[in-house]
Amino acid sequence: MTINLSHFSAAVVFALFASVVFGITQKNSTIEQVKYGLQCFAMFVGGVFLAGWVMALIRR
Amino acid sequence: MAKPTTDKTIDRAADKSRNAAAVTEPEYPLTTMAVVAPLVGWLIPGGGHILLKRYGRGILLLVSVVAMFLIGLGMQGRIYKPNGGDILDILGFVGDVGSGAFYLLARIMDWGNVMAANAAADYGKTFLIVAGLLNFIAAADAHHIALGKKP
Repeated sequence: MTINLSHFSAAVVFALFASVVFGITQKNSTIEQVKYGLQCFAMFVGGVFLAGWVMALIRR
Repeated sequence: MAKPTTDKTIDRAADKSRNAAAVTEPEYPLTTMAVVAPLVGWLIPGGGHILLKRYGRGILLLVSVVAMFLIGLGMQGRIYKPNGGDILDILGFVGDVGSGAFYLLARIMDWGNVMAANAAADYGKTFLIVAGLLNFIAAADAHHIALGKKP
């Protein structure tokens, strides 16, 4: 079976799973874990957009 | 000339040592579970947490690591073999080994033995390495839970 993901969708899937593991392993209480996981996810996806814009501006 | 030792200086020294004792971390004795849990966690992602009765966390870790590993294989990612060559190849092998039983299964079944030169395969290779590295973090977390450092 072959999976074809675009760069963006691969980055979002990566961010999702990495954030789940970071949330569980880096914080103690459930609330803290959820908050940290969401924060990590937002940072990952935000980083993707930021890097995308930086590369687009450099290319111009 | 030596300074005379007063009661005040003795009290201050005693206070200092008492504060130092309060600041030092409590000791966490190494138990059998603190050794077994990370090993099980490495072999089966999330297994250490499940062994320690953290079922929810264990299942989430299992799903996350296995999903990343399978997506990596699906994207034609390459599985590194033990090697003594380029430093990046060695690190790639270390990352891949983190997936434990899934790495061994992939080697036995000869999965990921591809040399596809496209972007998706490169992402797949990264997914496989990161799945292993995340599993190492999960195993370390299981060790901390077993020691009592983390609830």
